[in-house]
Amino acid sequence: MSALRELSTMRRESGRGGPGRRRRGRSAAEKGDNRAAVFFLAPWFIGLFVITAGPLVASLYLSFTDYNLLQDPNWIGWENYVRMFADERLLNSLGVTFTYVLISVPLQLAAALLLAIVLDRGLRGLAIYRSVFYLPSLLGGSVAIAILWRQVFGTNGLVNQFLALLGIEGQGWVSHPDYALGTLMILNVWTFGAPMVIFLAGLRQIPETYYEAAAIDGASRARRFRSITLPLLTPIIFFNLVLQLIGAFQSFTQAFVVSGGTGGPADSTLFYTLYLYQRGFGAFDMGYASAMAWLLLVIIGGMTAVNFFASKFWVFYGD
Amino acid sequence: MLWRTRLRSIVRHALLIAFGLVMLYPLLWMVSSSMKPNDIIFRDPSLLPAEWDLSNYTVGWNALAHPFTHYLANSAVVVVGAVLGNLISCSMAAYAFARLNFTGRRLWFAIMLMSIMLPIHVVIVPQYVLFSELDWINTFLPLIVPKFLATDAFFIFLMVQFFRGIPKELDEAARLDGCGHIRIYARIMMPLSLPALATTAIFTFIWTWNDFFGQLIFLTSPDMYTVPVALRTFVDSTGSSNWGALFAMSIVSLIPVFVVFLFGQKYLVKGIATTGIK
Repeated sequence: MSALRELSTMRRESGRGGPGRRRRGRSAAEKGDNRAAVFFLAPWFIGLFVITAGPLVASLYLSFTDYNLLQDPNWIGWENYVRMFADERLLNSLGVTFTYVLISVPLQLAAALLLAIVLDRGLRGLAIYRSVFYLPSLLGGSVAIAILWRQVFGTNGLVNQFLALLGIEGQGWVSHPDYALGTLMILNVWTFGAPMVIFLAGLRQIPETYYEAAAIDGASRARRFRSITLPLLTPIIFFNLVLQLIGAFQSFTQAFVVSGGTGGPADSTLFYTLYLYQRGFGAFDMGYASAMAWLLLVIIGGMTAVNFFASKFWVFYGD
Repeated sequence: MLWRTRLRSIVRHALLIAFGLVMLYPLLWMVSSSMKPNDIIFRDPSLLPAEWDLSNYTVGWNALAHPFTHYLANSAVVVVGAVLGNLISCSMAAYAFARLNFTGRRLWFAIMLMSIMLPIHVVIVPQYVLFSELDWINTFLPLIVPKFLATDAFFIFLMVQFFRGIPKELDEAARLDGCGHIRIYARIMMPLSLPALATTAIFTFIWTWNDFFGQLIFLTSPDMYTVPVALRTFVDSTGSSNWGALFAMSIVSLIPVFVVFLFGQKYLVKGIATTGIK
């Protein structure tokens, strides 16, 4: 179903020797395919080597240099990496990013799952509700919405206007170090529509007969949810979790616009990628930014690996 | 019995509508505030302005170095280039992965899948160096050329999935009639894949229109600014003094996405459901 699923089944299959392997020798037709494949894959190959893999290797090299765009890079060994662990702004940005990811992603997925379940079976107007809840996902990453957020949670913003109606005096949420990150988390939860659509598609895959059989056996609604819906949905939950974690860890635009590019107040919204941008494209400390980029890759890779490992204990593949 | 189910359904709809309103309230309020005088934006949380005032739009349109039309046109160039690039390059790669038997196919396919998950930040510094060597900084080329090289591998995967669903008998029959791969690709696969192409075009449109990171890095002068970058300088230059105009231009920037959403919903929902993209 998904790219992730495909990758993991490929791994399982190749472990078994794989059905895709051909035993007989290559025929003339297949040689012809090789020529055609070079033609059809040419753009992708060039892109892979020049735009993706080449830069990937180059940034690993640059991470061991003091490159600053003006002078040729000098090899400085592990210095950038050592510097990172003494860099308080960097450590702080890791804390900010992890806090943001670990709180907002589970909340976002919970909202997505809840709404998907409410919308699931035989509800009239499903298409309209789905559109309404999905729309914020499409707009949420834009500068325009970040601008809106800055106002809504500002000192004279919409939230405080409503609080004033209730007689409560609010404050500048985006300008307070204790609350600014929270407003960005709310923004992320607000975009629960995309995972919700994925959950809806997953719910539709569950055969109606399972529920009918359970109903005949006298299973309650709650029981049916716990014993049928939830286990059969775990692969989708897992898939959404991995994707949203990877995505949230790279959040940039909202923090950049809401804080005016600083990550403030008091670095409380200094996402890791925002700090990377400041080092690389503000200070042109490109060697250091490259080291930061590789740490990011290691963290995201590690997080995904941990997820895959943990999935053995809770994800249920019926097949 | 019947009235109880009916009551339950009414309650459910009422809750959903209330929740939907809360979700959309900030958006609707931004639309209405873009038509309110500035001093009222800070006092009036309601959706209906006491007096309608479109001057925010004319003020905002001309508040920056160029009229807003200029930034819209720049964004349009980048988006059209990106959409064309993705349609051509990703469908070609997908044809190879779905239909051709070539050496190392499984390995390349796995590499393609993994490249989907690679964070842009890991390659952005060398890319910047590369593009500045080529003198491409402050042009649209860094934003468009990679799309013609199938770097958005998501769409390769999406189209591979779709091509697999097209019966192989069709191209086998064409082969027997002496058709080459290029003709099978152009005359059989492409026409049959319009839904997948539409999904690709729609997502590329929305992602590129909204993209900020790449445009912020590669576009450095106001002449070349696209809508997101222009909006951002607008925030910096006005601070919080002219929310009305800022909101007005934000609304303008969201309209294309909204229109695509209205007309392309079917493809969006399908695309997300089959590949899990946002």
